[in-house]
Amino acid sequence: MIDSLWRDSVGAVLGIALLIWVAPLFISPYTLTILIIYGMLALSLGMIWGFGGILCFGQAAFFGLGAYAYVIAAINIGESTLPMLIAVLVPAIFASLLGAMMFYGRLNDVYLAVITLVVTLILFKFMNSTAGPEYIIGKARLGGFNGIPGFPTLNMPGNPNAYIWGDTYFYFCAVTLGVVFLITTLILQSSFGRIAVGIRENETRMSLLGYDIRARKTVLFTIGAAIAGLAGALFANWAEIVTPNLFSLSQSAEIIIWCIVGGLGTRLGPILGAAGLSLLKFLLGQQTLIDNLLITGLILVLFVLILPKGIVPTLNDLWSLTIGQRIIRHRRRPRRRTRRKPPRD
Amino acid sequence: MDLSVVILVEFLYAIASLILISAGLAVIFGMMKVINLAHGEFMMMGGYATITAVNAGVNIFFAMLVIAPITIGLIGLIIERLIIRRLYGRLIDTMLATWGLSLFFIGLAKMIFGNTTTGVSTPIPGLSIGDYQINGYNFFIIIIGFIVLALMLFVLKGTRAGLIARGTMQIPEMAAALGCSPDRVYLVTFFCGAALSGLAGAILAPLVGLTPSSGATYIAEAFITVIAGGPALIIGLLSSASFFGTINQLFTFAISPIVGEVMLLVSAVILLRLLPQGITSKFFKGKF
Amino acid sequence: MSFNRRTFLTGTACLAGASVLPRAAIAADSIKLGSILDTSGIFDAYGKPMDMAMRLAINEINAAGGLLGKQVDVVAYDTQSDMALYTQYAQQLTRQDDVDVVHGGILSASREAIRQTMRKTNTLYFYNVQYEGGVCDRNIFITGVTPAQQVEVLVPYALKNSGKKVYILAADYNYGQITARWIQKFVGDNGGETVSVDFFPLDVSDFGSTIAKIQTVGPDLVFAPLVGGNHLSFFRQWAAAGMNKRIPLASTTMGAGNDHKVLTPDEGDGIMVAYNYSQELDTPANNSFKEKWATAYGDSNLIHELAVSTYQGVMAWAEAVRQAGTIDRDDLIVTLEKGLSIDGPAGKVTIDPQTHHAVLDVHIMEIENQGMRVIETLPQRQPIDTQEVCDLQANPDDNTQYEIEI
Repeated sequence: MIDSLWRDSVGAVLGIALLIWVAPLFISPYTLTILIIYGMLALSLGMIWGFGGILCFGQAAFFGLGAYAYVIAAINIGESTLPMLIAVLVPAIFASLLGAMMFYGRLNDVYLAVITLVVTLILFKFMNSTAGPEYIIGKARLGGFNGIPGFPTLNMPGNPNAYIWGDTYFYFCAVTLGVVFLITTLILQSSFGRIAVGIRENETRMSLLGYDIRARKTVLFTIGAAIAGLAGALFANWAEIVTPNLFSLSQSAEIIIWCIVGGLGTRLGPILGAAGLSLLKFLLGQQTLIDNLLITGLILVLFVLILPKGIVPTLNDLWSLTIGQRIIRHRRRPRRRTRRKPPRD
Repeated sequence: MDLSVVILVEFLYAIASLILISAGLAVIFGMMKVINLAHGEFMMMGGYATITAVNAGVNIFFAMLVIAPITIGLIGLIIERLIIRRLYGRLIDTMLATWGLSLFFIGLAKMIFGNTTTGVSTPIPGLSIGDYQINGYNFFIIIIGFIVLALMLFVLKGTRAGLIARGTMQIPEMAAALGCSPDRVYLVTFFCGAALSGLAGAILAPLVGLTPSSGATYIAEAFITVIAGGPALIIGLLSSASFFGTINQLFTFAISPIVGEVMLLVSAVILLRLLPQGITSKFFKGKF
Repeated sequence: MSFNRRTFLTGTACLAGASVLPRAAIAADSIKLGSILDTSGIFDAYGKPMDMAMRLAINEINAAGGLLGKQVDVVAYDTQSDMALYTQYAQQLTRQDDVDVVHGGILSASREAIRQTMRKTNTLYFYNVQYEGGVCDRNIFITGVTPAQQVEVLVPYALKNSGKKVYILAADYNYGQITARWIQKFVGDNGGETVSVDFFPLDVSDFGSTIAKIQTVGPDLVFAPLVGGNHLSFFRQWAAAGMNKRIPLASTTMGAGNDHKVLTPDEGDGIMVAYNYSQELDTPANNSFKEKWATAYGDSNLIHELAVSTYQGVMAWAEAVRQAGTIDRDDLIVTLEKGLSIDGPAGKVTIDPQTHHAVLDVHIMEIENQGMRVIETLPQRQPIDTQEVCDLQANPDDNTQYEIEI
């Protein structure tokens, strides 16, 4: 276990280094930043769904809450360090309450998906109807459909005038993603994470073994929401405006699709899925020949039919079927883990 | 007095339109367990089918009640053969595939019809109840809503085809052993579900401005209604549509439409928390 | 000339590291106009004709020899009705493409998303859309009508044609909220009474209960600044209930995106509106504009208020460049602030130095047979709402969107 953690850390550092030095040669850092942020958002769902078996249709709710919490706090406080913290805490607290309500009520599967979806819709509708002057938190008007523009963006802690933006912001996001990735790895490889996977596989058995699955699911759900909230705050800083669309149904569904396309049950899959699909969306948006929704739709359908497991697990399988097999033949069982190395999951 | 009649009609209208919106999904999701995220787009296409037919000179009632359901049913047939057929039993995959379909159809509709708002006007004139004017079309929707419900009840409960469909959905192997082809049954059931969605879209089309992305308006309400209804299809549909329709209209009249919508959603959360398997898991057990 | 996908792709590929690497300073042999509009997605009914109008204006300018002896190149991005893309393309326009002026933005949210970027990078910005008013920023010029310009003339006319009791149904966002307040003010000023104000989020499409509610109040006039495809349902359901024969309607938004052409004559006829432009405006300027449009694009059906504002915005900018003899931002602002005016398809457009908004002709119209019949033309209306809060001559550093207290 220590061995694989070490391996993952090296992998993450290498990956982030590649992202910082090589990726900007192909894609502008500004676009890369949003890909990173979406990657982090997908990772948050990939963790609770892929490893905890909780299909949350409302990850966008935490993303949006994080963004709004950051913006409202930043307007009132005037700098960004404390607001970043609040942006993680608010969705986490909200998720712990919502999670407790659902998991202690033993809601599962599609019912859980619908409740999270409905909660997201409620937030969406509420935020959309806050255009009036009576909706104000401290100095921040909620602004309804138009959202909130013009708030203090990320600055160096303690120095509100030293803004972090442009390329620096890209580096900041890349490093943050690396850190979040490592934290996720730590959690998933701890006993907590292994038990979460156990619950995913067989809830009754884990319950009979004496684990409090309700509490454990609530905690996992909360951690996922905290990461989504962080991604939301980063998004707010990138876009310099937040609108209720963050809570929209299509945003929620998009996160799910990123996870499926990238590969569930992996950490890298959702990140790659998010980045790949978002990039595709930007590029398709640049042509007018065929409607880009039409192409996106086709791609998704083909994915389900041809690669239902997602990209990363399929690559893993291919790897172990071809080159990995040979390595195994040469080496003996104890080194088995290495065959999964190149796609780091 | 006049006002209470008007309000009663609005309540019935809200319930009937929820029944219409959810009927197709009740078949495809409730019976076949296919999470059909393209449900809204089936409805959207039903609307476009109607408008296209009306513009081509077809009588609007014929367009709504015959052309739209059959067209969308046939589209459903093609989708079932090409895609859904391979995904039965894979709940999450059906969701992704139908989401893809939903985007595909939105894109297609944009390319064919353009992204502007279109529509037809209602074929029934407004009528007066005492001092009040009321949309005559509401009565049409109420009638169709309850006819659809009665028809579903009759087909599922009263005919051999309904019996076979229900049986196949329960244990396909057993149905196959008894000489019915589950493949065919699934195909026909999907056709019916798609046709019902198309019908709903067609019937609601004259009331709204239709755009390619109109489908999104209905999808959440439809899922909530079907899921809150629970295992008994027809009674579930009726009871949850009545429950949500009443809540919605109550708050709409008392406060505003947006509060009505939000209260519908809030009540759905509470309902699912208390009755996680839907209304009919507790009441009307085992009935249709 | 036009900026297509291929040039964009190679552009992004080549400029990928542009912000890291120092840009080679190339002497510009053309003037670059940046455009940022939703030409796909749910707002493309507004955006597409605006894009066409912008290109029409630029083609006309180039055909007449360009500006300052240089051709004008268009760098256009489609924001796909996605607010997140606005910030992204605004960055691209100002930092990588290094354009000389930006025209664009449709929704107020999109304008606010990019306004600060334009300001920070000293890129002159034209917002050519009818909006809620109150933006006070020296770097921006706004050529669309504001609520007061419309409501000030529309309310007295509508009250005269109906009665004193007014019921307001407004879209529940910035524009609707502010417009509703202006309507209330002018209804009061003209001796009327506002009996109720209801707000509807943009996704509401069922107005049955509202129509019943309106009848319980029994107003003489319904004022409906409703926005978008869902809200179009109101006008349809209103007619379906037979209400259009009973209570007259007025609106500040119906028709701005050519939505009146979706309603049948039976549903739409008689709705009172006020705009800067109507296709039915029978002036030599408009007739020749429609002809030019038809020559370029086949027919002139798509022209709407926002497209004409865009055309007039581009023309005003071009006139400023001609008069100033430079494309320097500060010189252009000074020139525009001299009260520069042009003659557009909708009449004379004058820049108001105090607010950087436009002084425009406003026409009172009635929807008739899917067109907008002009009833009365009120020349050169001031943007009085924004003037109340904004004085860029006194405070050139102002940078806020005021919400006007009434």
